[in-house]
Amino acid sequence: MRLLPWYAAAVFVFLHLPLLVLAVFSFNESRFTVWEGWSLRWYRAAFGDAQLIEATWNSLLIGAAATALATAAGTLCAYGLWKRASRWISTSLSLSLVTPEIVMGIALLAFFQWVFRYLGVRLGMHTVILAHLMFCLAYVVIVVLARLRTMDRTLEEAAQDLGATEWQAFWRVTLPALVPGIGAAALLAFTISFDDYVITSLVAGVDSETLPMVLYAMARRGANPVVNAISTLIVFGLGLLIVAAERMRET
Amino acid sequence: MNRVRAWCLAPTAGVLATLFLIPLAILLGYALLTRGAYGGAFPPWTFENWQRLADPLYLGILGRSVAVALVSTAICLVLGFPLALFIARAGRRKHLYLYLVILPFWTSFLVRTYAWMFLLRDTGLINEALLALGLIEEPLPLLYNYGAVILGLVYGYLPFMVLPLYATLERLDPALLEAAADLGARPWQTLRRVVAPLSMPGIRAGSLLVFIPCLGAYLTPDLLGGGKTILVGTLIQNQFTNARDWPFGAALSLGVMAVVMALLMGLIRRQDEGVL
Repeated sequence: MRLLPWYAAAVFVFLHLPLLVLAVFSFNESRFTVWEGWSLRWYRAAFGDAQLIEATWNSLLIGAAATALATAAGTLCAYGLWKRASRWISTSLSLSLVTPEIVMGIALLAFFQWVFRYLGVRLGMHTVILAHLMFCLAYVVIVVLARLRTMDRTLEEAAQDLGATEWQAFWRVTLPALVPGIGAAALLAFTISFDDYVITSLVAGVDSETLPMVLYAMARRGANPVVNAISTLIVFGLGLLIVAAERMRET
Repeated sequence: MNRVRAWCLAPTAGVLATLFLIPLAILLGYALLTRGAYGGAFPPWTFENWQRLADPLYLGILGRSVAVALVSTAICLVLGFPLALFIARAGRRKHLYLYLVILPFWTSFLVRTYAWMFLLRDTGLINEALLALGLIEEPLPLLYNYGAVILGLVYGYLPFMVLPLYATLERLDPALLEAAADLGARPWQTLRRVVAPLSMPGIRAGSLLVFIPCLGAYLTPDLLGGGKTILVGTLIQNQFTNARDWPFGAALSLGVMAVVMALLMGLIRRQDEGVL
């Protein structure tokens, strides 16, 4: 039992050291994995790469759209479930959480191909946004529902006794109290959307290459310090969002 | 009251139906059709795709996927249980430690997998360091094997194990541990005969939450295993790209889904609580 703290420390090192080492080496002057001094060379290279910039914009746009849609639908759903549970919705959402990404990706691809055969539409930004909406939804519902469960149900009743309609009670009493939970859910949804590779790569079209797709291709091609730089930026950016989300959830 | 609720649930119900349940149903249809020369699925209807799942070649891949997922889950349990125990007893520092588990988990799975490519490849940090120290003559083949895949899966999904374990261990009454000690149990005996049985719900939930994504993993085997490791995730993806055999890919996907659903139902029945 006295060894427990050392064991825990070792696991924490295992969890964090690889990312720290990667971050340090993203500032390495050398093209190779040999330390030659500090430099911003690879960051400059990353920011000068038109394909990377365009992919980042695509990712931000997809993330923003999917987050907005998923947060709106998910918040309403959590509220509905809080009023009274719905078995098939809860089960479907749980199932969507544990469906392997590759299965969800090809199911969506098959669906889009099948629908588009009749409509004459192609894969692109819109299909990626719809796919992201799908896999972010369950996370939003979970976070918002957790927040709702800490709330007092009698507040809405009191509002209605005082003459508010159901919608007014929701809009003016419950929703304002939910804002931190909704904010946390939105940030979470955005990070999940921004990071996805497997599903995105299956349903993306030629105009909708995202940052993870470019990164994936670069990483597979071989050692490239630019990937270290972008990785560090992503970890730092998403890390900030997660810290913000946790703060909101705790208020 | 019911009208408001119905309106609130409608958007999500719509999304779930069109973008989740109908796509799965289409997959089910594909799995019963015949492949087209350039992808797609066409009549006649057939069970052939399902029969092919029993082919020793594919059974081998499925078995290997299960083995890799089981080993990864076991390692996660061994690494995660003491960590969860430590966090549950950490007192005021608890939140900080939980943060340290959650933070890497949410920050980019892709980047975290790539970090191991950076460390393990022939010109990666570990090999360069060992070469510089003169400990090895030529780079060790650390990347592109099952060991690297398992390492990546453990690294990726360890938090899934730690969080449910922490949740059950935190609720464990410290008085029980004292009672065990008072009755003469050694720390190891207390752990094995008191703590472990009481944390079974957490062990079950954590193991499933790790096993399920490991079984269907695509990204980690592809990046860390390269072309040398074929697991079921890669096999499915391959049916929709190079092999152009959508019906067989659909059958494989549904096979994996069936395993996932069976495991999930078992967990829900035992613990009487869903994910939601």
